[in-house]
Amino acid sequence: MTTMRVTRRYRFAASHRLDSPALSAGENRKLYGKCNNPYGHGHDYSLEISVEGPLNAEGMVVDRQALDRLVEQRILRLLEHKNLNRDVPEFERLVPTTENLASVIEHRLREHWNLAPRLARIRIAETDRNAFEMEVPAE
Amino acid sequence: MLLTRKVEFSAALVCSNPAWSEAENLRVYGANANPHGHGHNYMLEVTVEGRPDAVTGMVFDLRELKEILNQEVVEPMDHRFLNREVPPFDRVIPTTENIAREIWTRIEPRVRGPNVRLRNVRLYETADLYVDYGGHPSP
Repeated sequence: MTTMRVTRRYRFAASHRLDSPALSAGENRKLYGKCNNPYGHGHDYSLEISVEGPLNAEGMVVDRQALDRLVEQRILRLLEHKNLNRDVPEFERLVPTTENLASVIEHRLREHWNLAPRLARIRIAETDRNAFEMEVPAE
Repeated sequence: MLLTRKVEFSAALVCSNPAWSEAENLRVYGANANPHGHGHNYMLEVTVEGRPDAVTGMVFDLRELKEILNQEVVEPMDHRFLNREVPPFDRVIPTTENIAREIWTRIEPRVRGPNVRLRNVRLYETADLYVDYGGHPSP
């Protein structure tokens, strides 16, 4: 059986502020620098979702429209033009670093996964210079 | 060590299964089923894995790799209508998955050596969609 990986890239814009409740105001300023600005700041994120599975009879690993629908409904709708700290429930307690954002996306996708191939990898670039990548282990 | 070479080619194609109705093809392949064809600027990244040769200091001769990619991919596929001019796409539906697999089949025997092997074929259909193929699993 032929196994392949298909990766689709999506984009969204969101704001956030990095501020850990476990640290003092001074420590937060020192640790997060500009990212601790009390009014927040924003990024144009680039999100890559990779799925892995066998080639189906149609010569594809995944139905692109079904993947787009899932990501649109479960992820983009949640994040696009939002304030991560205020609009995304997970970030009431969690610092919205891009590392944590990748985990939140992974959890939400796994919870609602309805596609035949498995979720294999998530990569988020916050800017062209910073990217975060996680492999999702096969179950 | 991994060595990656990039090459581009542009081609026209139709994704449709002759055994199905027009409506069924449209449902599965969307706009890619347009019988008159459409096109992409494909970007191919070929990754070779090996140990640098003790004498040459190279994993694989880049000029030779360029020549292999030219002969096996660019010359036969660039500015062609895949379904009409490039076998096996007269029979095999030229989804990006199937094109990636065909490219693997064409170039893998030519980069195989005692200290070197083809590791990955990454084919970008657009900047937002790509396929990774690491070969057929060993039996």
